[in-house]
Amino acid sequence: MSRPLSDDSTAAVPEPVEGTLRPDDHADGGRAEASDDVAQPALGAIGWLRWGWRQLTSMRTALVLLLLLAIAAVPGSLVPQRGADPNGVTQYFNDNPDLAPILDGLSLFDVYTSPWFSAIYILLFISLVGCVIPRTKHHWKALRAKPPRTPARLSRLDVHRTEVIEATDDADAATLATSAVASAQQHLRKNGYRVARYDTGRTLSVSAERGYLRETGNLVFHAALVGVLLAVGIGGGFTYTGQTVIIEGRTWVNTLLDYTSFNPGRFVDEDGLTPYALTLDRFDVTYQPLGTEGAGQAGDFVANLTTQRAGEAPESGKVRVNHPLEMEGDRIYLMGNGYAPTLTIRDADGQVVFSESVPFLPQDTNMTSLGVVKVPDGLPEQVGLVGFFYPTQAPLSTGAFASAYPALVNPVVSLDVYVGDLGIDGGIPRSVYTLDTSEMEKLAGRGADVDALELAPGETAELPGGLGTITFENEAPDGASGYDGSVKRYVSLSIHRDAAAGWVLVFAVLATAGLLAALFVPRRRMWVKATVEGHTVRVEYAGLARGEDPALADAVDQFAQRHRAGLSGPPPGARVD
Amino acid sequence: MPETSVFTLDSVSVLLVWTAIAIYALAFVAYAVDLARRGAMAVEVKDAAAKDARVREREVVMAGAGHGASRDAVAAQALGGESALDAPIGRRQRLVWARIGTSLTVLGFLFHLGADVTRGIAAGRVPWSNMYEFALTGTLLIVAVYLAVLFRYDLRFLGTFITGLVVVLLGGTAIWFYTDIVPLMDPLKSVWLVIHVFVASLSTALFALAFALSVLQLMQARRERKTAAADASATGPAKTGPRFLRTLPSADALESLAYRFAIIGFIFWTFTLIAGAIWANDAWGRYWGFDTKEVWTFVIWVLYAGYIHARATRGWRGARSAWLSIIGFTAVIFNFTIVNMFFKGLHAYSGLS
Ligand code: HEM
Repeated sequence: MSRPLSDDSTAAVPEPVEGTLRPDDHADGGRAEASDDVAQPALGAIGWLRWGWRQLTSMRTALVLLLLLAIAAVPGSLVPQRGADPNGVTQYFNDNPDLAPILDGLSLFDVYTSPWFSAIYILLFISLVGCVIPRTKHHWKALRAKPPRTPARLSRLDVHRTEVIEATDDADAATLATSAVASAQQHLRKNGYRVARYDTGRTLSVSAERGYLRETGNLVFHAALVGVLLAVGIGGGFTYTGQTVIIEGRTWVNTLLDYTSFNPGRFVDEDGLTPYALTLDRFDVTYQPLGTEGAGQAGDFVANLTTQRAGEAPESGKVRVNHPLEMEGDRIYLMGNGYAPTLTIRDADGQVVFSESVPFLPQDTNMTSLGVVKVPDGLPEQVGLVGFFYPTQAPLSTGAFASAYPALVNPVVSLDVYVGDLGIDGGIPRSVYTLDTSEMEKLAGRGADVDALELAPGETAELPGGLGTITFENEAPDGASGYDGSVKRYVSLSIHRDAAAGWVLVFAVLATAGLLAALFVPRRRMWVKATVEGHTVRVEYAGLARGEDPALADAVDQFAQRHRAGLSGPPPGARVD
Repeated sequence: MPETSVFTLDSVSVLLVWTAIAIYALAFVAYAVDLARRGAMAVEVKDAAAKDARVREREVVMAGAGHGASRDAVAAQALGGESALDAPIGRRQRLVWARIGTSLTVLGFLFHLGADVTRGIAAGRVPWSNMYEFALTGTLLIVAVYLAVLFRYDLRFLGTFITGLVVVLLGGTAIWFYTDIVPLMDPLKSVWLVIHVFVASLSTALFALAFALSVLQLMQARRERKTAAADASATGPAKTGPRFLRTLPSADALESLAYRFAIIGFIFWTFTLIAGAIWANDAWGRYWGFDTKEVWTFVIWVLYAGYIHARATRGWRGARSAWLSIIGFTAVIFNFTIVNMFFKGLHAYSGLS
């Protein structure tokens, strides 16, 4: 069984051309003294800089940094991260009011952009570049150099075979030796080896090396890692993500104004978004029927859209989970869905002061949904409504209600009514999904004189205090059965432009290809030497592994057998060892 | 599928799982007996080897390995262990109990495979879509890889480890993770489920083998050190750990074998990482977001990259790199169990509540 070369035998092999350059503390390297020289303290500033650079680009530093990187990544899975789970962070602050600020001070809610995490990977990549550049230069030279001189004593190598062939006379022996080495040279070249002849007097030899691809792969792998990092870093600047909500029947236009939130990278031109429009025609979903395993589980979500590119005819498109829609280089994802009950509010005289489909936010898998209506104008006072929509209302044991099934079986909206100051005039942006009741008086709902309003589609109720009426419109098309389609649905979409993803993929695939070559292409040297000794020829075969090469011994054996069989002269049988 | 019938396909599957567990447990016993008997055999072999030592010493010197005399006994034994490792199937050591262990493992594997396939048919999809099913398929692949590797290397001395691990994991799975069949959640309806999860399980199996070999490597290295020290000081035989170690390959051979499994596992893991990112880009709208599961996949990748580096770094080859392989596999198991069950994240597909 072959083992990677031990240090003492490396020294034994003369190497006019060293194949690969390794950092000083590579396990196969024999240059320990060189680095010790540099470490002499008598050096000046430049010397120290050199020494520091050498330390940074050593294998040991790379290894320590790699392990540090692994350790440093762990806390980000223990504590919620602002990037992945902002609500979790808010929750964490609420639950641990004392601890959270301390953790925040240590950037533990932003581990992957924190100074300490960045320091580790930046150092690692500096080390990587510092390591790869000199090796690339060296490899470039090695690629055009000749394989190394044949060692004087092949028998000292890991793998070594000898054949002795009898010739009829001395002259014949010389011919035999020549043809043996020539055919070895030919075979080796056919097997993908680079070959060179080193003949001295009565000793003819061919030196061969293969597997340069191993080092190429290694360099490609490491360089591709840099590529991934650069693609993420630079591409991120040209990337944006935005969110929006579209209710059935409505149209959304790709301008900054129409986004509910928009996060652009540093170099994104926010006014230069490609114009296109999306109309949500219908949202489809299926629910596991009651009485089966997983009842109520939702699936097969489809947002059926009409898409309109500037100056083109409208087309239809679909957005499904796992199948984003491509539009002008953007990718459109389906992130969520919900019900948007259409509510109409009239004043005491019957004049419509509010009529809209209001998106309610789902709170559980059965689509119990929370929503807010704000009526700033048209009534004597500002009015706010807050409450739940239940697609299938059912009482809980506590007496409260919840939805028991996500489809529209028994749809009910229940609303508390407030009057007073909505707080939207002060210029402070307010979420459309929350109602600030601090300046308001509750007229209906728990704790007020009047119960919360409860409406099914098509029903109208009086607002308390003689304010007017509210109607829950039934949106069902003519001829629909039951409550099918009585409440509009909405989808929340996420719109992304990712300039980095393609490049990251290219570099990741390159890295994998490089890795395959670096780990599995054997790098080996092989020598065949023929020495004429009187009327016999001694043919030696030797192999040397450069790095991990478990199959070396077999390879040399096979080569020796095939080569011997192809030689003229008496049949083999004179094997010595 | 009729819900009222007692013999649903899924209940057949559960029955097969428990049968497989029982058979694996028997295989474990057989392999354990094998190790104990190897220990006894080792004593006899050692006596024979002592007689042989002079002859071998010459061979070793001729082969160019000019070690001190004290290391030759170890080296000679190692040569024996290594050639046994590589021996083709027909020419392996006749170890009756190991054979019984392997036969039982094959039998257990067939039941296990049956359990997995029936579960898949019952669910009408690939049987790796919730934690119960990942574990069912993952452990199946561990056994499959072990049995496949046996064709090439005589690794039957890992039998106790493999069957023991599978009994514990599969038993725990059947008791704690069992989940009724429910339809797939939308994000899981993707070819990437088939690829990503399968390849991840495959690399887990390879890392498991590497782990076991690294543990043995450490034990063997310790024994070699102690033997050498005892020889040098001539104080007679020292306590050097379990006796079966003497019949196993040298620490170096175990290390290079562990490395070979680890690098194949690493390639698959790299692929898992990339496939996961592609899938995430379709399902969640970004290819990487440091979701908990992504973090752990990354940590494991970096740990094994560290292991591979360590093998090439002076001062780290040997024991230290072996520890990295052990830590790496611990992280793999942690990722599969603790992270799946207790960490919050987007990968909420365990099916447990
Ligand atoms: C992002 C950080 C790094 C990662 C993830 C990484 C990963 C790897 C992997 C997986 C291998 C094995 C595949 C192969 O042989 O090509 C490897 C090999 C290697 N790496 Fe890195 N590496 C990193 C940084 C570095 C740095 C900074 C150096 C220089 C000090 C370095 C030097 C080497 C060398 C010399 C090898 C070849 C080892 C051998 O001869 O077997 N790497 N690296």
